[in-house]
Amino acid sequence: MSEKITHEESHGFNRDVINYIQNASAHGLYEIRGLGAKRALPSFDDLLFLAGSASRYPLEGYREKCVTKTVLGTRFAKNPIVLDMPITIAGMSFGSLSANVKEALGLAATELGTTTTTGDGGMTQEERQSSKTLVYQCLPSRYGFNPDDLRKANAIEVVIGQGAKPGGGGMLLGQKINPRVAGMRTLPEGIDQRSACRHPDWTGPDDLVIKINELREMTDWQVPIYVKIGATRVYNDVKLAVHAGADVVVVDGMQGGTAATQTVFIEHVGIPTLAAVRQAVEALEDLNMKDKVQLVVSGGIRTGADVAKALAMGADAVAIGQGVLFALGCNNETYFQNGEHHSALADYKKLGTAPGFCHHCHTGKCPVGVTTQDPILEQRLNPEVAAKHVRNYFKTLNMELTTIARACGKSNVHHLEREDLVALTIEAAAMAKLPLAGTNWIPGVPL
Amino acid sequence: MDLSKVSVRELNQYLHHDLAKAGVKHVNITNPDGAHNIAVGLDADVSVDIQGHAGYYAAGMNKTANVTIHGNAGTGVAENMMSGTVRVKGFASASAGATGHGGTLIIEGDASLRCGISMKGIDIVVGGDVGSYSAFMAQAGNMVVCGNAGDALGDSLYEAVLYVRGEIRSLGADAEEQKMTEQDIKKVGDLLKKAGFDYNAKEFKRIASAKKLYHWNADAKQEY
Ligand code: SF4
Repeated sequence: MSEKITHEESHGFNRDVINYIQNASAHGLYEIRGLGAKRALPSFDDLLFLAGSASRYPLEGYREKCVTKTVLGTRFAKNPIVLDMPITIAGMSFGSLSANVKEALGLAATELGTTTTTGDGGMTQEERQSSKTLVYQCLPSRYGFNPDDLRKANAIEVVIGQGAKPGGGGMLLGQKINPRVAGMRTLPEGIDQRSACRHPDWTGPDDLVIKINELREMTDWQVPIYVKIGATRVYNDVKLAVHAGADVVVVDGMQGGTAATQTVFIEHVGIPTLAAVRQAVEALEDLNMKDKVQLVVSGGIRTGADVAKALAMGADAVAIGQGVLFALGCNNETYFQNGEHHSALADYKKLGTAPGFCHHCHTGKCPVGVTTQDPILEQRLNPEVAAKHVRNYFKTLNMELTTIARACGKSNVHHLEREDLVALTIEAAAMAKLPLAGTNWIPGVPL
Repeated sequence: MDLSKVSVRELNQYLHHDLAKAGVKHVNITNPDGAHNIAVGLDADVSVDIQGHAGYYAAGMNKTANVTIHGNAGTGVAENMMSGTVRVKGFASASAGATGHGGTLIIEGDASLRCGISMKGIDIVVGGDVGSYSAFMAQAGNMVVCGNAGDALGDSLYEAVLYVRGEIRSLGADAEEQKMTEQDIKKVGDLLKKAGFDYNAKEFKRIASAKKLYHWNADAKQEY
């Protein structure tokens, strides 16, 4: 008999699938986890820039001015949002994040001249005080939603859906519901808390028109109203949001993150950000509303190149969630407390994971103190230090963005355009409706 | 203020800003004609009479004020109310008192679907019936229904308590009938008195959460 062991792995039933079936058969439970889709998807990585050359005139990379100023909410609001860069912090809830993190995000956004956003669970005092410009979300659950905080907001974001789970509500497991979180949400401490998937007081786009008007009346038409959608039928949804009176539409692709959602949802529902941004821009153009209603794109934006590609595709700004978490220390081997680094490896191990692989935000036992309400763990994140990291991250993205813009000959990052881009794969070319690199071929578009 | 002469925007601007400065304690709104967003965002010790039918979100997010609608109210009357009193002399459409945190909403006629959805502390007293899915995911507060309730009453209830005098077509997931205590009878009696309804509090059934969904239930067959 041969002693040779064969390793012929099945494609359909590979080790991951076998592991999934064995877990399902052992527990009878689906997996709930944090962060975003892990599967390979067509993305901004599949696009490339055609920079300046003989036919285009580049700008000098380090010296020449390149404007990053961004204005959102010019349609109806008396006070549009003016940003120093087209990069904003996406909505993440107090409850999933600690109060320290919310404060850190506010500090960072204020220093950077950009916005941060509340989440499901209401506005904390810490984030309002630390954020010069704060976007207040109006979510289906309306946890902690009240007219006083509404009037303190610099913009309002009506959340219809989230890229990680369009059509799904929220889940905050009991271990994260401490007395303060419970109090803000008017719920008993320690229960597994569900957030509704539909708004309680409007059902369709016609109602949304009136709801948006109510929010405007409440705030005397001062602040912009954003409408955020999870990317599915983006073309129609963006059109409906515009008809409903949105000043800004936020489109969140399926790579967007979550604090706790079923894996089957994260990996199998929604469309990639790359496809979503193209559909969103087409909808605005078809309505002749491009530049009148601004588009913010989110869902897996990581680098300055991603930002530049989103802008070139037609977005006005991006919003970043997971990237911010990583900047804060998510998946780091160590955390920084009392002036020194401490290993977090043992705590990752207790969760059955390791740095680089953790997606255990739903447990509330974040080894680096980011997604926790535990009084000991949350001390692992110092708001000032964390704010510095987020600031450095965004500054880097902004520098990368302007580097690309200058190379493409743009003195303003908002002048980046689709003509600057080509696609690397046929899938990306078809989704983004861009030519495959080195050809004039756009799948589905007659030559 | 005559809504055939001024816009809802002008009215709300007045209610938000000029009213308090002028020390006005009563505002009469005529010719509402079903306009939406009448008197939203009030935050003043004032009484407001709306002389006719109001559209969506009348008295939405009300604080402190006492608002009376002398007609029917559209979707989301007194939605997210914080305090004060809103009284609808006629019928109320869907989602009356949705997500309300406090204060009292009194509906003298019937209320449609989803009355008190996600309520967070408000008291709602309905003189007539409530439609299906009322008090869905209701978190806190009390709802007193003098007539009948539709399907799936109190689905996924948290800590809110519902009192129904008439028939309940069906209860929602995790809602159950519980014994009325002396405390319940007193509470219902007080709310009926406040609303001006002459019913015997002992005739009401108490519906509250069985709390079986407070923790995620893997064994539920997804039909609950
Ligand atoms: S390190 Fe913390 S924030 Fe990052 S995935 Fe793990 S639990 Fe979530």
